Amino acid sequence: MERSTGYIIAFAAAVCLVCSVLVTSSAVSLKDRQVENKRLDRQKKILVLAGLMEKGEGIDTAEIDERFSDNIQAHVIDLKTGDYDPSADTGNFDQRKAAKDPSTSTAAPSNNSGIQRVPNQVLIYHVLENGEPVTLILPVEGKGLWSTMYGFLALAPDTTTVKGVTFYEHGETPGLGGEIENPSWTAKWIGRLAYDETWTPVLEVIKGTAGPVETDPTRIDGLAGATLTARGVSHLLDFWLGESGFSPYLEKFRAERSAS
Amino acid sequence: MSSKMNQVLLDPLFNNNPIALQVLGICSALAVTTKLETSLVMSVAVIAVIALSNLSVSLIRNMIPGSIRIIVQLTIIASLVIITDQILKAFLFEISKQLSIFVGLIITNCIVMGRAEAFAMQNPPWLSFLDGIGNGVGYAIILILVGFFRELLGAGKLMGQVVLPLVTEGGWYHPNGLMTLAPGAFFLIGIFIWLLRTWKPEQVTED
Repeated sequence: MERSTGYIIAFAAAVCLVCSVLVTSSAVSLKDRQVENKRLDRQKKILVLAGLMEKGEGIDTAEIDERFSDNIQAHVIDLKTGDYDPSADTGNFDQRKAAKDPSTSTAAPSNNSGIQRVPNQVLIYHVLENGEPVTLILPVEGKGLWSTMYGFLALAPDTTTVKGVTFYEHGETPGLGGEIENPSWTAKWIGRLAYDETWTPVLEVIKGTAGPVETDPTRIDGLAGATLTARGVSHLLDFWLGESGFSPYLEKFRAERSAS
Repeated sequence: MSSKMNQVLLDPLFNNNPIALQVLGICSALAVTTKLETSLVMSVAVIAVIALSNLSVSLIRNMIPGSIRIIVQLTIIASLVIITDQILKAFLFEISKQLSIFVGLIITNCIVMGRAEAFAMQNPPWLSFLDGIGNGVGYAIILILVGFFRELLGAGKLMGQVVLPLVTEGGWYHPNGLMTLAPGAFFLIGIFIWLLRTWKPEQVTED
């Protein structure tokens, strides 16, 4: 039967209203759980990176928190000076918020990672063994093809040997760029070198296959079908290992270690 | 239960299977079936979405203006898919990460809209609901079978538990790498369709 235009518009509006109320209420009511899930997921990735948990190991929330607090020490550091900020609240530090707020961030120098602002302070982790840091876990982020990729880079105390990498949030194409999450690819990072002798960041993802760690330590296999994502990973390494990134902090870290 | 209900519920399982006979929903059947666990969760999600979308479309079928019926169906399906995605993210986070965009892509699954348009628009709510369950289960049967064989033959595991110990881990089983890739699913679905049509020759299409 023919309906009047007014009826059609009213009907469409009503359907939209009902659907939007349902969608909104599900999103709002489940948000806390989702945020908590994301936090746990991030902690799990850090634990796996630190070698404190097997990938896919089923451990509950309490166990995750316990292993985390027993072995991992969080530090808020000042990016420019490389100093620790002992007064900072590591538990509630929100780097993404800090990067957005003009009072806690500065404009980023021109870069290829699509980073607009750099937070003054970032949260890093030390994995401890007998009170000594054995792994440094540094947050990195940068634009891939579609999305900003968020991850952690793990370095040995010599601040150049890579102990692992993990990406915990990104929107790259599953099966292509999404392979940055693939453990068999991230395993290829282990043992490679982030810096050359003059402490210039040199690690990059190439097109094609890189040599073995011993002979070709500064290059990593490319991802087939994901050239732009791989390039984004190279750019973010370049940025975060460089002067605007962790370079000042790592320099201080090395100096402190050789002094002690 | 009347025979009509029986027919609506059970026909899509083998006689009119959405994947094997209508060859719909192939994309997700390839994408999420590398493991049995993801296949199961995806199956449940699709069953829920088809059943609820059929039910809601059928409830308002006499009020939907014909000129905007497709977009109304789409709005309802899209909302249900978002809610499903939110629930998975809240309660099954790990699996929802593995399913990634394919939960969101349920909206483009032809089976869901096909049933809303072809069945729920003409039939009462309860019958439409059953039709949704039937078609969802028909989809699920294929998905679970494919997921079962792909995980077993491709990785030697079921639900993440080792069934056939791999050579690389000191066992005897050489995994079939093809099964972990999308073409493996094509072969399996092809074999299922062949078996089904041998069992029920009336499904064979004329040349």
